[in-house]
Amino acid sequence: MAATAPAPMPSAGSPRLYHLAGTLLRYAPVAVLFIVWDLLGRTGLISRQMLPDLADIFSAFTTMLLSGDLLYNSARSISRAATGLGLAVVIGIGAGLLMASFRPVRLIVNPIVQLFYPMPKSALIPVVMIWLGLGDSSKILLIFLGCLLPVVVGTYNGAKGVNPFLLWSAASLGASRAQVMREVVLPAAMPDILNGCRTALAFSFILMVSSEFVIATDGVGYMISSLGDGGLYPAMFAAIFFVAAIGFAADRLYAALVRRLLRWREA
Amino acid sequence: MRAASAQRMEDAATGIAIRNVSHSYGPAGHGVLALDRISLDIGDCEFHCLLGPSGCGKSTLLYLLGGFIPVQSGQIVTPKGVVTGPGPDRSIVFQNFALFPWKTVRDNVLYGLKKAGFAADERARRAQEYIDLVHLTGFEDSYPSQLSGGMQQRAAIARTLAVDPRILLMDEPFGALDAQTRRVMQEELRAIWRRSRKTVVFVTHDVQEAVFLADRISIMSARPGRIEHIIDVDLPKDRGEEILEDSQFIQLSEQIWRLVREQAIAATRGAH
Repeated sequence: MAATAPAPMPSAGSPRLYHLAGTLLRYAPVAVLFIVWDLLGRTGLISRQMLPDLADIFSAFTTMLLSGDLLYNSARSISRAATGLGLAVVIGIGAGLLMASFRPVRLIVNPIVQLFYPMPKSALIPVVMIWLGLGDSSKILLIFLGCLLPVVVGTYNGAKGVNPFLLWSAASLGASRAQVMREVVLPAAMPDILNGCRTALAFSFILMVSSEFVIATDGVGYMISSLGDGGLYPAMFAAIFFVAAIGFAADRLYAALVRRLLRWREA
Repeated sequence: MRAASAQRMEDAATGIAIRNVSHSYGPAGHGVLALDRISLDIGDCEFHCLLGPSGCGKSTLLYLLGGFIPVQSGQIVTPKGVVTGPGPDRSIVFQNFALFPWKTVRDNVLYGLKKAGFAADERARRAQEYIDLVHLTGFEDSYPSQLSGGMQQRAAIARTLAVDPRILLMDEPFGALDAQTRRVMQEELRAIWRRSRKTVVFVTHDVQEAVFLADRISIMSARPGRIEHIIDVDLPKDRGEEILEDSQFIQLSEQIWRLVREQAIAATRGAH
């Protein structure tokens, strides 16, 4: 399976500095947003309660960062999201492959998937609380349930769409059914699987924060809601920005991983 | 011409015996009949071309031989017994798009060799040998998406030849290649076959290609596919480019072309 040497890829051919300048320019609209924020605050058009001074938010951020509050709560949140997402990816890929290969499984699972797919999973927050209480397991279950279906659907669609000539080629080279599944269907479906996982990644952040609003005594979601309740708006915004940054970083990392896994598609 | 096929009956145990095979697509009872009671014996080490207009079911017959689609009625017997599914004794080259796109050329060729149970160093040696054979030296680490259609097809042929199947099935393998590459590949395939002595079943709609490559040619009728004629190609075993000028070659090609044309005309009439 393992590729021997990575194939020579056409490089962008631009120096590093040039690349950095390009990235900065691309995100310039974000800077504009902050300038507008600042101006709206300064002119007094919008109260400081609603849009706190960016300098205050920054100092609240440094305080929370230095005290370790922010990192501790983020770590708690991320561990829940990662566990729920990880379970959803493993079980979702397995379920999707089974659905694609076995008609009985498809007949049983498909209607259930179709019914639950459009349901907002945050509606299940009270349910998982009743089932599993206030501990980590209730939030992990919620995140798992929310992330499962995009992975199942992505895997199923990918596996159903595999070019039959690839399956036949593998079979005529001596691959068993299980080998065809692992060595052909799985990699051929990988682009769709990775798309499903990207949706699941976004869902995991949404459900992580929203479940911590309701059922938690730590985590970034809990921090945001308790700081808001306490009227500490600059600190609340600092926590919101921080979780947004983590989400952004996770998405970028994921995109880099996808590019690596799907290197064979670029040419 | 039919006498020749009857005489080959005794070869069935070592060659391929197709007995009364029919096949239809679509819902049972209301399907379209693609193959109508095909019986054909292909001798051991024979190079056999299935020739016919498009839609005559020649690819379907090949897929049945490969075991990719289940035999609905009749029977196909190879030296390994009755065909019930795909197997490495009957490897196939498709027209297009059958390389694993996530594997490099080398890893594609290695795939079948691993399945065949070769030791690691033997695998590497054979993979290189067949990559060299199809002139892809230097492209071992390229992905299919980085290669032209012709190069991809050569890689697919290397992957199939490397496992040295007893029976080689080819579904218009040169159909997507440019004229020059096509000619070179035909000559090389014929040379490889002469050296390795395997049974080849080669599907094509190109008369010249069939005459150039085959020992015998089955001409199939338009849908539903039947074998209308079986032609022995009595040309020298060693065939190079010069044979294209040979009067016997030209005569045979014209004779076969007329037979195929009849079927093609019947097909266009039958369609209305």
